[in-house]
Amino acid sequence: MTDITLAELCIFAASEAFRNNGEIVATGVGPVPRLAASLAKLTHTPELMMTDGEAYLVEQPVPLGPRGDYKPKFAGYLPFSRFFDSAVWSGRRHAMVTPTQIDRFGQINLSQLGGTHQQPKTQMLGVRGFPGNTIYHPNSFFFPAHTTRVFVEAEVDMVSGVGYNPAKRVPGGNYSGVDLRCIVTNLCVMDFGGTNNAIRVVSLHPGVTFDEVQAATGFPLEKGPLTETALPDAEALAIIAQLDPHNIRASVIKDNPPAIRAN
Amino acid sequence: MLDKRMTAAEIVAQLSDGMTLGIGGWGPRRKPMALVREILRSDLKDLTIVAYGGADVGMLCAAGKVKKLVFAFVSLDAIPLEPWFRKAREAGQIEVMELDEGMFQWGLKAAAFGVPFLPTRVGLGTDLAALGGLKTVTSPYADGETLIAMPALKLDAALLHVNRSDWRGNVQLFGPDVYYDEWFAKAAAKTFVSCEELVDRMEDHYPDTAQANIFERCFVTGVVEMPCGAHPSSMPPAYGWDMKAFKAYADAAKDPGDWAAVADRFVGKSEADYLNSFGGKEAVAALPLPIF
Repeated sequence: MTDITLAELCIFAASEAFRNNGEIVATGVGPVPRLAASLAKLTHTPELMMTDGEAYLVEQPVPLGPRGDYKPKFAGYLPFSRFFDSAVWSGRRHAMVTPTQIDRFGQINLSQLGGTHQQPKTQMLGVRGFPGNTIYHPNSFFFPAHTTRVFVEAEVDMVSGVGYNPAKRVPGGNYSGVDLRCIVTNLCVMDFGGTNNAIRVVSLHPGVTFDEVQAATGFPLEKGPLTETALPDAEALAIIAQLDPHNIRASVIKDNPPAIRAN
Repeated sequence: MLDKRMTAAEIVAQLSDGMTLGIGGWGPRRKPMALVREILRSDLKDLTIVAYGGADVGMLCAAGKVKKLVFAFVSLDAIPLEPWFRKAREAGQIEVMELDEGMFQWGLKAAAFGVPFLPTRVGLGTDLAALGGLKTVTSPYADGETLIAMPALKLDAALLHVNRSDWRGNVQLFGPDVYYDEWFAKAAAKTFVSCEELVDRMEDHYPDTAQANIFERCFVTGVVEMPCGAHPSSMPPAYGWDMKAFKAYADAAKDPGDWAAVADRFVGKSEADYLNSFGGKEAVAALPLPIF
């Protein structure tokens, strides 16, 4: 099994974020998160709900990219026009997304970098649904390139998603829905299980050291169990291949490295 | 007046400088682009635009029509960062009110229901409230919860592109998702609708699909038939987005990077000229629906 890629290891690790989540909408934005949610549904957590990426609910996850003769089979309907009522504001969702920045509090940014809000140095997408997602339902993150540019030293440039920063919490607000779960990167798996929800490293991908992860992170990390991230098994690899017939996952991490580093 | 037929130019003549305009659709999907192009051919200026933004927002920003933008994102999906919007922002050219996608529709609903605000948890713990000047309210009940008061997004006018209408404004909207078009219509003092197909009496033509009438004709002020009127955005089930056209539009933001030099290509002297330059109705009808 030496031909397993790091992207496949990340998909397998990220699918664990959705284990036993119950009857909620699992949303993976981007190839690795989407394959992770789909893999979870097809293996350990069949009760997950999922869309076709547009407006319909499917019980059979839809493969990535052009589908040839394959036609998605719709079991239900969840368009954007009812997404907030049904999934987000009811807390019945777990999203895995890739913000541009994240800080020690789990605050995330998808809006702008540098400058001011009136004149940003770099304008990105805008906050999208992050403020609502993060105050109402569980969220996890995937980063294909773990660097200090992503895991920033200070706070993120524009707080687009709620984290565990006490200074940002308006007194009297209800933050019981804030539930940041898991961070999967090209180096490791982390969670928010440290002191006061601090980010801690849970497992290291094969050949990666804690010091290497710390050096790529702009703030001090706590140490969790520091096990080795598990390689995907044959069943998981077969499902991933079937869900991604065009091998889009090969383009996610720079140079598509193997799961086990060649030393 | 029950006969609500107008020309695109007559619709734009109903708008005035400084107005707050809502634009329906979502990113590169179901955008009333023909009406947006008609605005781009006009002298209208100093607009406040309220939109789940795509090229509508990018073009209006590029042409200097926008004073203020109310948005949660501006994106062309496959081209994630809308390049002309980005230019305008990075030049500090427009005022903004940035909102979460859910708060945005909540603001439209507040306007539709005629209340000054609707309460929400969304925005707490982020920079949105401070940047947008959003105030909080305290629940008067035993819980005493502090909530953001999302202000009503009252629109002077809304522009929508729909699949069908009759001349009385009985609309039908199809496709997998109609986004928040209903709430744009209800949040606006006047709603102008362009349609792929105009019929005389809906009940004589399409009575079996009356459930697609997602907002009632009392919310429609004017109607114009503009086949392919969403191009280059998608209008399912009729046609998909024109990614080639979006790509050319995005490339033009870099080279030459000057809207005045390329506006003719992406707006055209008239809607007929515009459509011809992209291969006509047949070419638009042949655009495949996107795969997600």
